[in-house]
Amino acid sequence: MLNIEKIRKDFPILQCTMHGKPLIYLDSSNTSQKPNGVIDAITHYYKNYNANIHRSIYELSAKATHLYEKTRTNIKEFINAKSTQEIIFTKGTTEAINLVASSLSFSEGDEIIVSTMEHHSNLVPWQKLGVKLRIIPISDKGELDLGAYQNLFNSHTKMVAITHASNVLGTINPIKEITKIAHQHQVAVLVDGAQAFPHLPVDVEDLDCDFYAFSSHKAYGPTGVGVLYGKKDLLEKMSPYQGGGNMIERVSLTDFTCNQLPYKFEAGTPNIADVIAFDAAINYIKSIGFENIMRHEQNLLHYATEKLNNIDGLRIIGNASKKLGVISFVMKEIHPHDIGTILDHEGIAVRAGHHCAMPLMERFKVPAMVRVSFGIYNTEKEIDHLSLALKTAERIFA
Amino acid sequence: MSDLRELYQELIIDHGRHPRNFGKLNDATCHKEGYNPLCGDKVTLYLLEKNGVVEKIQFEGSGCAISMASASLLTECLKGKTKPEFEEIFNAFHQLVTIGNLSEDLTLKLGKLAALAGVFEYPARVKCATLAWHTMKEAL
Repeated sequence: MLNIEKIRKDFPILQCTMHGKPLIYLDSSNTSQKPNGVIDAITHYYKNYNANIHRSIYELSAKATHLYEKTRTNIKEFINAKSTQEIIFTKGTTEAINLVASSLSFSEGDEIIVSTMEHHSNLVPWQKLGVKLRIIPISDKGELDLGAYQNLFNSHTKMVAITHASNVLGTINPIKEITKIAHQHQVAVLVDGAQAFPHLPVDVEDLDCDFYAFSSHKAYGPTGVGVLYGKKDLLEKMSPYQGGGNMIERVSLTDFTCNQLPYKFEAGTPNIADVIAFDAAINYIKSIGFENIMRHEQNLLHYATEKLNNIDGLRIIGNASKKLGVISFVMKEIHPHDIGTILDHEGIAVRAGHHCAMPLMERFKVPAMVRVSFGIYNTEKEIDHLSLALKTAERIFA
Repeated sequence: MSDLRELYQELIIDHGRHPRNFGKLNDATCHKEGYNPLCGDKVTLYLLEKNGVVEKIQFEGSGCAISMASASLLTECLKGKTKPEFEEIFNAFHQLVTIGNLSEDLTLKLGKLAALAGVFEYPARVKCATLAWHTMKEAL
């Protein structure tokens, strides 16, 4: 059994008050809170190891380089990649997806398969290419229509870009099956793992995806760090993303040659401190264990689903059979923004809006939704407060 | 709940739910659309201007209670006003929701609009309250 009270003590922000009430943070899908170990790792780096990496010969730089690369090794093992050459640091999931979109070569007439439930960051980078997007439809429950998916492939299909889990509906998609089908058509698969990575074990070999993108900040780590995992043979074929220091092997006044992987895709001084602190976040997740994390978050999901379903006029959107601890909903008489403000007044932080998924809002014919999402520090008691606050909202608008 | 009531006064709930001057104005001399991409609030203002005076004003749109009430109150307040008069009210209203602490004189000038004073405490909602106002500014 998890000792949630003990876990909560690891997160100093949970002691804060908002509008004079104890903070109830139900927005972990947006960004997670950070444990002391992560916060301390940042200051520890700046106080003891601050130096640029991969380019200086003195000990301080060697120490910083070691810590930076240690994170890479930790991530490689954590997601079961074959080599650290397949782990590229970016500033987040968005940059990781943009990297693939701009470094793989696409031409006019190419097609990319995406789904209705994608975050804007897994739509716009592809739209920018001017290629044709083919869309996997979803059911009213919020599940992908895999039959329709199979029929989207043709000789122009270049890529499948799909989210592992929806940031709005919570739906966990069957990535293994999706990948298997794509590979039967010799099409590569990029998985947006921003939502799934913090909440369930990711094994890229088992999923057999070609690219997997995720962020540190949703996984109890700092903002400004993300990872692109890519299969080595594909990364080798891709052109560099940005030009600059570190990504080169040799430079003349007219030309350059690329550094080896993964450095080929890491131009310029990276976010050293936050990469190092991300290591602490991964170790924190490891110390709790995904089995415990999933059990706790599934319990919260079921508890909250039942509570919310008991509120008159409240409709949950997204009822997939496999869900993360994410619940989006609308209320009959109250706009999501007004709900957000009323909850905020009670110290409860939720997301209200289109959740960077405008096509999905259109699919469900709502302008916006309210979303509550859970992390390892949330409790049933907090959900009781949420439920009471929603009843207050109802009274105000009655 | 008491200070929530300050934000969600009866007047605001009422105007949010039953906005006045709602619907397209067929003889409008000008119309302008406003959109808040952050929350999806939409408002379209229709004006009939004659000799520099807003003779008729109506709006259409969808959004939260604050944005709809604010648009509704705007239409009530601006009928018969000139551009300079609008600008004066705009500045006072803007000050009310962004800086707070309005003089008694200005508060009086705003009349019913002063009901939106509570927005000041919720910076994330200022855009909702001012959407129709910025749209109006562009329309004139």
